[in-house]
Amino acid sequence: QSSQLNLTQGVTEISNRVYDLHMTIFYICCVIGLLVFGAMFWSMIAHRKKQGVKPATFHENVKVEIAWTVIPFLILIGMAIPATSTLIAMEDTSESDVTVLVTGSQWKWHYKYFDHDVEFFSLLATQQEQINNRLDKGENYLLEVDRPLVIPTGKKVRFLITSDDVIHSWWVPDFAVKKDANPGFINEAWTKVDEPGIYRGQCAELCGKDHGFMPVVVIAKEPAEYDAWITEQEQIAKQAKAEEQRLLAMSMTEAELMQLGESVYLGNCAACHQPNGQGIPGVFPSLVGTDMVLNDLPAHIDIVVNGKNGTAMQAFGNQLSLRELAAVITYERNAWGNSTGDLVQAADVNEYKNN
Amino acid sequence: MSTVVGEMDHQDHHHHAPSGITRWLFTTNHKDIGSMYLWFSFIMFLVGGSMAMVIRAELFQPGLQLVDPHFFNQMTTVHGLIMVFGAVMPAFTGLANWMIPMMIGAPDMALPRMNNWSFWILPFAFTILLASLFMEGGGPAFGWTFYAPLSTTYSSDSTALFVFSVHIMGISSIMGAINVIVTIMNMRAPGMNYMKMPLFVWTWLITAFLLIAVMPVLAGAVTMVLTDKYFGTSFFDAAGGGDPVMFQHIFWFFGHPEVYIMILPSFGIISAIIPAFARKPLFGYSSMVYATGAIAILSFLVWAHHMFTTGMPVAAEMFFMYATMLISVPTGVKVFNWVATMWRGSITFETPMLFALAFVILFTIGGFSGLMLAITPVDFQYHDTYFVVAHFHYVLVSGAIFSIMAAAYYWLPKWTGHMYDEKLGRLHFWCSLISVNVLFFPMHFAGLAGMPRRIPDYSLQFADINQIVSIGGFAFGLSQLIFLWVVIKCVKGGEKAPAKPWEGAEGLEWTVPSPAPYHTFETPPEVK
Amino acid sequence: MATQHEKYYVPASSPWPIVGAIGLGLIAFGAGHTVIDMKNETVDGWGSNVLWGGIAVMLIMLFGWFRDQINESMGGLYSPQLGHSYRQGMSWFIFSEIMFFAAFFGALFYARVIAVEWLGGASNNAMTNEVLWPGFEAMWPLTETPGGTTTQAMGWMGLPLYNTIILVISSFTCHFAHVGLEKNNRKQLTLFLGITIVLGCIFLYLQGAEYVHAYQDLGLTLSSGVYGNTFYMLTGFHGMHVTLGTIMLIVMFLRVLKGHFTPDNHFAFQATSWYWHFVDVVWVCLFIFVYVI
Ligand code: HEA
Ligand code: HEA
Ligand code: CUA
Ligand SMILES: [Cu+2]
Repeated sequence: QSSQLNLTQGVTEISNRVYDLHMTIFYICCVIGLLVFGAMFWSMIAHRKKQGVKPATFHENVKVEIAWTVIPFLILIGMAIPATSTLIAMEDTSESDVTVLVTGSQWKWHYKYFDHDVEFFSLLATQQEQINNRLDKGENYLLEVDRPLVIPTGKKVRFLITSDDVIHSWWVPDFAVKKDANPGFINEAWTKVDEPGIYRGQCAELCGKDHGFMPVVVIAKEPAEYDAWITEQEQIAKQAKAEEQRLLAMSMTEAELMQLGESVYLGNCAACHQPNGQGIPGVFPSLVGTDMVLNDLPAHIDIVVNGKNGTAMQAFGNQLSLRELAAVITYERNAWGNSTGDLVQAADVNEYKNN
Repeated sequence: MSTVVGEMDHQDHHHHAPSGITRWLFTTNHKDIGSMYLWFSFIMFLVGGSMAMVIRAELFQPGLQLVDPHFFNQMTTVHGLIMVFGAVMPAFTGLANWMIPMMIGAPDMALPRMNNWSFWILPFAFTILLASLFMEGGGPAFGWTFYAPLSTTYSSDSTALFVFSVHIMGISSIMGAINVIVTIMNMRAPGMNYMKMPLFVWTWLITAFLLIAVMPVLAGAVTMVLTDKYFGTSFFDAAGGGDPVMFQHIFWFFGHPEVYIMILPSFGIISAIIPAFARKPLFGYSSMVYATGAIAILSFLVWAHHMFTTGMPVAAEMFFMYATMLISVPTGVKVFNWVATMWRGSITFETPMLFALAFVILFTIGGFSGLMLAITPVDFQYHDTYFVVAHFHYVLVSGAIFSIMAAAYYWLPKWTGHMYDEKLGRLHFWCSLISVNVLFFPMHFAGLAGMPRRIPDYSLQFADINQIVSIGGFAFGLSQLIFLWVVIKCVKGGEKAPAKPWEGAEGLEWTVPSPAPYHTFETPPEVK
Repeated sequence: MATQHEKYYVPASSPWPIVGAIGLGLIAFGAGHTVIDMKNETVDGWGSNVLWGGIAVMLIMLFGWFRDQINESMGGLYSPQLGHSYRQGMSWFIFSEIMFFAAFFGALFYARVIAVEWLGGASNNAMTNEVLWPGFEAMWPLTETPGGTTTQAMGWMGLPLYNTIILVISSFTCHFAHVGLEKNNRKQLTLFLGITIVLGCIFLYLQGAEYVHAYQDLGLTLSSGVYGNTFYMLTGFHGMHVTLGTIMLIVMFLRVLKGHFTPDNHFAFQATSWYWHFVDVVWVCLFIFVYVI
């Protein structure tokens, strides 16, 4: 992406209206600024003591005061009219074609399609090595995710935005959509994208440690392509469920569990508990050598599946598959010198969940 | 009556200052207390500035180099808190202490002992706040706006310390404001009626009113944060019938008037300096007074312009947009009056005037970006980006801070009895002026292009802008060391200042010798 | 009083302000650590020691400061203008207190009119109710929260009503005491001041009884949702103010017994009486908005 200096013009009718409004107001300010600063600089040059001017003594003029009260007021009315109509259009979420529930959580987005059985998490895809300057940064550094949101072009897409924990804000500059994700409440926003493409944005409300690492990526596809995509996703979801049932009967080896567990851990847990499991004292608890991890398997499964109320520990039960849950719990119980030797299988987690 | 008092002769009724450390600890003298406020605020400015330097150093390049994100958030948060509550507000209170009694012909502040109490609370409050950074889990990391539930359920242990330190800062501010208000209402010299008061006094009168009205609301907000985090309430938790957005309403009901608390005294300062160096009376005195009042009233009606993206109903968004835009009108009146004051004056450009002129221009630029932010549909794009950061640093740094610098240069001769070094002063000015713009102007571009605020790392498109900004930041920070040097030099010595060093200056403070004697106007002057 | 020509009394320097600052600093630091210790169930409790230390320092400060102040005032040092300063200072202080309560009243109104309604699907939050809180119905008092916590509401009949009557009467008796002082009728002063104090204590006792009733019989606790939150925060902070006011009244009573105050020099008494009226007005608002409506 080339470096840009002005507001994103965007790819929707609304975003263009917003851009125009921005430019109009900017120009008006420039003109006022030019007049005011012009008068000031004129005084500074022409009315210097060095020029030998004697100061005038006037210090009041009611007519002038009224003029420079009324004129700015009229200018403001001129700004308010287009602003109001754009605002009303932006807030009108009625008659949408597609609805997506967008849920923020520390520090990822979750998308759920209302009329289809499709939902998934969307996580930052930039490698940690790039962030830590150990690898060259890619073109879309910090603006890439593993699973982007997909929406159809030419259709009114309504977003229902909420959060699982703190306040986030879902922002895609190209759509001129920025809405806070408030826990316990649902905000609505909408867009109608005309051009297919990949659009990138970020979380725009301070949401804790990794607020800067919570991008939004949206792919707009032609309706036909979109339909194909969503049917495919539904298929995949169905298959995954079936596969999961099948796998329940099978056990994984320790190596498999540890390998899968590590990758799940790094993707979902390491942001808080740190890659070395030590956590951050006073904020995020350590997993190394603690009583629960060493001795209390049921409690361990419980906290991973159900989270812990009132803390940043989320419920991963519906975020991860049974296999992944089993693997990550196994990993935590055997990594970093914990070596309990416990192997947890998908069936164990399933059994726990169903009790 | 007066003879009785004269005979009771307490030690500080002598015309020189008592000496030793207890002078500062026990003092009831408005000048001593003013000096302590000013030094305290300057130290806080350096501390908060150092945190800004950490921020700028980390943002110098993309990627994480120096600090981890959690610490970065603490720096952002505490930088904001320190600058707002530790640097700007105490600096204004210090100026009020020094100048208001002298400007209205009073012997001291109305409640001198409480005055000392107000000051001495501050070092304790900020020690607690800063100490919390060293606790396990770190200090506050939720932004100076401490939005729930990030500041409640999801904050680190130290939050209780943050809450209580804000409580006592608030107590200090309220007592300080009561003192100012009572001094102005009750202690004016005979003949000094309201419409003769210098604008600095007027703006502070209104500022003090704002302070008393909104600091208690902040106290309420932090209290609810405390109980939500530690005592099981759910003011800001939907599951219990509360609402996280309710926090923002309460906070900004305080927060928006707060930003005017940080600018109204500046308006007063500028309204003293521009006439002095234009050698021409302030244009439109009474309209200035009314404009200040109008800004203060409007400031209670616009708070939700910080919350346009929170999902308010569209009617509320419209109301807050219009109300916010309206503030431009009285503010514009002020700017126009200043320009009209300069018009056909006989202008010279000593350092105070340079800072005042820079204030007018740069504050207005900040005001323009404020107006752009007020336009709700466009604010959806600007909100929580560096465009906002640019806006408020223009009004706060090249606004409030510049006006404080201007005030310091303007009154240093009165405080110390010496002229400051004009060459160094100008050097300070030009370094500051250039670097402040290199620092904050490009932030507009970063914000428009889409860089969110409060992030420790950014995507590659913002790399160039951030590098320039950081360089400007270091330069601006270093420039402030010149100021420190000028002040120390001026306190230590220098050319003797006459009672009225500025040809065009007006006001009672210039009728007393420089340095101002320890006690001034023990018998009130007659104002005609 | 800009027209006065007399000399303003500038009090001599005093150690009490900085002692007060130290006290407040210790209180803030100690209270912070006490709260943190409570949450983490740490038991060494040094935080609360600091807190108590701070409170002790504050008490010493208040005692010393007021003693000096009273001595100076009785010594005839104060000018009427200083009296004006005190009176104005006190009024602005009360204004700040009003704004403090306003924050909590604001929370009450917001929760009741906006937050709970929205959770029930009002305004632009139809989806909030449908998706996140299906089945939740907006109501006030919020006897069942969206999260499922239940409680019973506190009615206004009974204790709250008695308390309202008691406090309103106490405002009148306080006023009569003041009138007595101004007419230099010390007997009336002492009698009515005494009654006011007794009424204040009864109020506090009944308030305590009400809390016990709420906790034990109604299941209405500080953590039973935003109804309980606003209920306890408002009545709790009000109760703290009544406690403070009662202490102030008792101090005034002792000073009256010692023969302090004259018909035209009694700032401390007047301030206390203002404070008492303020506390009373807050209660009336509270009674209406928390209990009745
Ligand atoms: C000293 C502090 C100060 C001052 C004076 C102002 C002044 C103004 N501010 Fe600013 N503001 C802040 C400090 C300040 N602000 C801070 C700290 C924040 C961020 C807080 C945070 O989130 O951390 C903020 C954020 C902020 C926002 C929220 C942005 C967001 O988060 O999305 C908005 C939105 O409306 C806003 C608007 C305004 C307006 C309209 C003014 C007006 O008062 C400006 C009026 C002045 C002028 C307009 C210029 C002069 C006028 C003329 C020459 C007349 C003619 C002009 C016209 C008719 C156009 N401000
Ligand atoms: C009056 C208030 C005030 C002042 C004066 C400043 C001054 C400065 N601010 Fe401040 N700032 C805020 C109020 C203020 N700020 C607020 C309210 C926020 C929002 C916080 C939040 O998001 O919660 C903020 C946020 C903020 C950010 C955004 C952080 C983020 O979103 O993550 C940045 C980034 O650049 C920044 C930079 C600076 C810089 C470089 C200065 C400079 O002007 C500072 C210059 C001063 C010095 C540097 C000190 C003096 C010099 C020395 C001690 C010598 C050593 C110097 C060197 C090593 C060079 N500030
Ligand atoms: Cu999520 Cu910021
Ligand atoms: Cu504002």
